Amino acid sequence: MGEKTTVAKKEEKELYGVLAHFDTPEALLKAVRKVRENGYTRFDTHTPFPIHGLDPAMGMSRSKLPYLVFCGGLGGVATALLLQWWTGAVDYPLFIGGKPFFAIEFATPVTFELMVLFSAFTTVFGMLILNGLPCLYHPLFTVKSFERASDDSFCISIEAKDDRFDKKRTVEFLQSLGSSGIELVED
Amino acid sequence: MSSVSEDAANQLSRPQLVLGGQNFHTVTEAVSRIAEGKTPKAWYLAFAITSSITAILGAMLAYLVATGVGVWGNNQPIGWAWDITNFVFWIGIGHAGTLISAILFLFRQKWRTSINRFAEAMTLFAVACAGIYPLFHVGRVWVAWWLFPLPYSQGMWPNFRSPLLWDVFAVSTYGTVSLLFWYVGLIPDIGTFRDRAKSKIKKMIYGALSLGWRGSGRHWRHYEIAYMILAGLSTPLVLSVHSVVSFDFAVSIIPGWHTTIFPPYFVAGAIFSGFAMVMTLMLIARWIFKLENFVTMVHLDNMCKIMLATGTIVGYAYATEFFIAWYSGNAYEKFTFLNRAFGPYAWAYWIMVSCNVISPQLFWFKSLRSNLTVMFIVSIIINIGMWFERFVIIVTSLHRDFLPSSWGYFSPTFVDILTFFGSFGLFLTLFLLFIRVLPIIAVSEVKGVMPQAHAHGDSHH
Repeated sequence: MGEKTTVAKKEEKELYGVLAHFDTPEALLKAVRKVRENGYTRFDTHTPFPIHGLDPAMGMSRSKLPYLVFCGGLGGVATALLLQWWTGAVDYPLFIGGKPFFAIEFATPVTFELMVLFSAFTTVFGMLILNGLPCLYHPLFTVKSFERASDDSFCISIEAKDDRFDKKRTVEFLQSLGSSGIELVED
Repeated sequence: MSSVSEDAANQLSRPQLVLGGQNFHTVTEAVSRIAEGKTPKAWYLAFAITSSITAILGAMLAYLVATGVGVWGNNQPIGWAWDITNFVFWIGIGHAGTLISAILFLFRQKWRTSINRFAEAMTLFAVACAGIYPLFHVGRVWVAWWLFPLPYSQGMWPNFRSPLLWDVFAVSTYGTVSLLFWYVGLIPDIGTFRDRAKSKIKKMIYGALSLGWRGSGRHWRHYEIAYMILAGLSTPLVLSVHSVVSFDFAVSIIPGWHTTIFPPYFVAGAIFSGFAMVMTLMLIARWIFKLENFVTMVHLDNMCKIMLATGTIVGYAYATEFFIAWYSGNAYEKFTFLNRAFGPYAWAYWIMVSCNVISPQLFWFKSLRSNLTVMFIVSIIINIGMWFERFVIIVTSLHRDFLPSSWGYFSPTFVDILTFFGSFGLFLTLFLLFIRVLPIIAVSEVKGVMPQAHAHGDSHH
């Protein structure tokens, strides 16, 4: 029995979820609020540009990225100060123009630059890690019409793993929200 | 040049940023077709010319490495000449890109969206050109890595008390952060290119470069914050970079260099020259690719106003320098400035003043701010004037040393001239490649400023 199901799985692809297209940002916002009110949790939206008001509509809090960046910036400041103090005043002190081996004044420009550099790296890589990118394969990419989500279509996807997901009922529900096209997504 | 629809748009209380009755799909089409269509013959011709000029740059640098820095005209007392002039010139040009992408973003100047991608690309290519000069000016370019604090056999470290080392950190940070900012902005648009790509190879390359972007609302949340933070970081960064460049001069004790006005004066000049370069390139691109609906007369008008403002600041700084030279009572300082205006380099000084102070004053007039020919010519004049500004600051301050026995006069060699000429080849070659493979207008950002993009009016932000 167990063998049979694995064979069947190989032939018949597993259902990832459904993808519903909407024509305007307004329609998407209205629909996504309903999806959330209906108790769905494993859903996402796909839009060609960020839509104002989508975060609260999807029930998302503000991104935690700024806190990471703050830590990255502090790391840059610490690295720069330690580097300039240790190389100039500890490891190999050199007399140059009677200037002190270490002073906060001449250390400021490099400290500022490294703060910016470390913060920028934290911002970009932090954003990618929080988003789980790069992610070069995703079931949604198998759907032809998904290509329009980077052009002029506003989509909602609901995963089959969602507790409230039911193939027939979820599709009907999305239709009732005014979707202009619905597709099943297989993995 | 201004069409009926543009006039109509100007009369609205809030100028429309995208013209021609576009919807989201036509925006995607209009931008993508520039890179997707068959490569025009003119592109191949342009590419052949610019890459040949780049080859001249390569040949001159190879000659320099094989022979020595003496192939340039620099010699005592003029140890810095065209090389550092060109460095400051190119770095300054880059600054407008960051100003448009970061500072105007923080000020919610939505008109920036049509031109920011283009200007950011200009920043990167200008920084690449700028880096060449100090790198080769060190003489032994193969040990240029000694500039970085890396442990190596001599056990010594770079001298952090020197502004020249601050410059290494400032410029390399600037290049890196500009690249990150540009790339982050490109990710959604490369996703669009991936989705439109017909061939499998293109799909794979754009797919990998877009990192698998799928426009997810859960991703946009972090993305938008990341973009905002990068803008927030780039804003003080760009001001710091030209300030640090000016420290190369201001921290020294040379009359004409040792002044506190340098950081703001250099930053204003950088923005001024950068906007002129954006204007020159944008007018050409707008004409060739018919981008009138995206780069509207409103955009060009705003850019003219910024050039007018920064050009006037630069003129004010020239006047202040003279006033302080007189008011300080310092005989060397006074001599340096009189010598600038009436000495052997007076010709360069007056070219600088007429190009940078007088020519932008034309932009007080609305009719000239909407005349494409005038804009194009003035932008090129400003580019020339700003190159002369750096030449005047560097060479005139050095050619009269404290002792008359150490006086000199700088003349460029053919290597100086061809190296500078060649860097334009590199700059334009990179631009041509960019135009063919990447979206030159930020598609997703432009869509976001269209009226249709707002779900419930524009009331609450």
